[in-house]
Amino acid sequence: MPAVALTALVLLPLLAVLLSLLPGRSSAPTASITAALACFAFALALVPAAARAPLTVGPLRADAVSVVFTLGTAFLYATSAGYAVGYLHGERQRVDFPRYSRLFWLGLNGFAWTMLCAPLMGNLALLWIAVEITTVISALLVALDGTRQAAEAAWKYVLIASAGLGLALLATIVAYYAGAAVLGPSYNLDYPALRAAGPALPHAAVRLAFVLAVIGFGTKVGLFPVHTWLPDAHSEAPTPISAMLSGSLLAVSFYAVLRYYQLAAAALGSAFPRGVLLVFGMLSLLLAALYLVEQPNLKRLLAYSSVEHMGILAIGVAFAAPVAFAGVLLHVLGHAAAKGNAFFGAGVLVRAYRSKDVAAIRGALARLPWTAPLLLISVLALAAMPPSGLFRSEFLIVAGGLSSARYAAAAAMVALVTLAFVGLSMATTRMLMLPRAGAPGAAGAPRGEPSAWMVAPMVAGVLVLLVLGLHPPAALSALIARGAAELGGAL
Amino acid sequence: MDYLTGFPTGGVAAAPSSYAGLTTTLAVLMLVIEFGMLQATLLRAQIRLYLAQSVVIAVLAVVVAAARGVPELYGLAAFSVLLKVLAVPLVMLRLLRRANPEIATSRALGVASMVLLAVGVGAFGFLASGRFGLASPVLPATPLAVAVAIVLVSFVLMIVRRDVVSQAIGFFALENGVSLASLVIAAGLPLILEVGFLFDLLVAVVVFAVLIRMHHEQAASLSTETLTQLRG
Repeated sequence: MPAVALTALVLLPLLAVLLSLLPGRSSAPTASITAALACFAFALALVPAAARAPLTVGPLRADAVSVVFTLGTAFLYATSAGYAVGYLHGERQRVDFPRYSRLFWLGLNGFAWTMLCAPLMGNLALLWIAVEITTVISALLVALDGTRQAAEAAWKYVLIASAGLGLALLATIVAYYAGAAVLGPSYNLDYPALRAAGPALPHAAVRLAFVLAVIGFGTKVGLFPVHTWLPDAHSEAPTPISAMLSGSLLAVSFYAVLRYYQLAAAALGSAFPRGVLLVFGMLSLLLAALYLVEQPNLKRLLAYSSVEHMGILAIGVAFAAPVAFAGVLLHVLGHAAAKGNAFFGAGVLVRAYRSKDVAAIRGALARLPWTAPLLLISVLALAAMPPSGLFRSEFLIVAGGLSSARYAAAAAMVALVTLAFVGLSMATTRMLMLPRAGAPGAAGAPRGEPSAWMVAPMVAGVLVLLVLGLHPPAALSALIARGAAELGGAL
Repeated sequence: MDYLTGFPTGGVAAAPSSYAGLTTTLAVLMLVIEFGMLQATLLRAQIRLYLAQSVVIAVLAVVVAAARGVPELYGLAAFSVLLKVLAVPLVMLRLLRRANPEIATSRALGVASMVLLAVGVGAFGFLASGRFGLASPVLPATPLAVAVAIVLVSFVLMIVRRDVVSQAIGFFALENGVSLASLVIAAGLPLILEVGFLFDLLVAVVVFAVLIRMHHEQAASLSTETLTQLRG
């Protein structure tokens, strides 16, 4: 049964891509939502098996770490597909709507397909190929709105991310070289074999491969200083795609960095890779915290919040305590739910006020009875307020930092996360609470939600955040514990 | 797999010197072409130079395949010709035909300072690559140093050039540099994975073309000077 679930996860979205080509107004949304919900169910079905032992089917491989990332992606695939029904309903006035909607569903399913494939690939070459295809599909989706800003964002994104992935390809090749020195020339970059070779691998080559991978894949994670494409792409993409970019794509790229971390830690010991990740993580967190204060554009605000959270993930790995690894994996899930929600809520605000400008959005709490409270809860969750899942994960990461005697780094992380919290919550409270006096475009606007399709995914996201924060199911805890052991090199 | 005897330290010393000379010359030729691309004013000339660079790397793959008995590399050379010599230049030249008035390009720096910068960056890559002690069983170490230099000069090309076509070509040249590095240190990489990498390049070329066309429709120009609306 787990083998079926694993295979279905990489085939179903592809089937949805084909079904999106069918004529008929409702076939593409129906196929997409069905496939997405089925993928989420199959990802859940993988949890107990992967918590016991890794699972291999042909080139596919699912261990605890990959199932965590698959779970987050499948959840966002399902919620984004649902949200997209409401989102596209509001785009019907476009002259090219039939073409727009067909390309949208094609792209959404293709994008989800590549992101579900990437963490389930059993070797580093296929992992690189999957990540590269996520780039090209998502670049087209960023450009989908056809505006001048969208074209600019898509061009910057595809060029910067491709150049970064060029370095990641170099990392893949150097990793092959390192492995070939021990395993012979005809092995195919299977990473369990590479990890097992461990200390026998040539150290200089592994070190080079790791640094190239952190910079290369880090470009897509959004680590400073190679994050520059990220706010542009996130703010110009259609909202359901922004949610998937931020909640899944960044995490999937971080997954690739994690694989190289495991390799480097097995070959060199963890001191060197931890040092590299700590520097990149701290700088990303610092930059994001500064940009979050007084950021005028709502979607860019959330994009910088993603840079912040990717920095936290890198720092968590750098702490390298078992608790911190568990925190990192939980953080991936919590961030997917919270950031997806935040973008969904922001998308409703942008639609209701016809502006991405934080200053133009006022009094939303009085106007959007469902979205505004849900957005408030999601943003507080993003800022790690208890009892959300992100509070638990960040608490674990800081505890891990203290337990591995990284006191200064843990203290700096708490301070910067607090600064980010101030920026994020000030903007949100202004938009939701401040009265609408004098705000352009707000006067006389009707009270009410644009679409129930856009609210339901947010309710699901909040429920997930509460479950993760209050009482994670036993199977999930077992999965995360095993994943932490895998990352710590114990398994 | 006799070409791997003596791995990882042997190989170079045992290589016949004419083979080492020929392969190193081909690699250096790729770097020279890279500098040509950096300077070429006409976009069409730049695409032709990329085509020439791709021909050289295919020839190099054939030379290595014949001299070192790595039959997979014949397949790799064939796929490279199909993609990098035919498909990529054709797609790019077609794009240029649509954007007819703009056949020349602009840069952020003058030619002299640009070349000086590229020489500095390339020399750094050339010398730095020796520090990692990556020894190849099939090729001398110089082509690897040249490959690193090509990758770095490609970054200069992407940064300094101010039009979408040159920036795309810069990315493709970067990929050529990585291919050269993979010939040196990963000649035994299974063909199926190499083909996967090349297939990705094909997808990337199509997407680059779509986005270049979109940029041209929006900005009525190939220049990137107008891409300044998103900041902060």
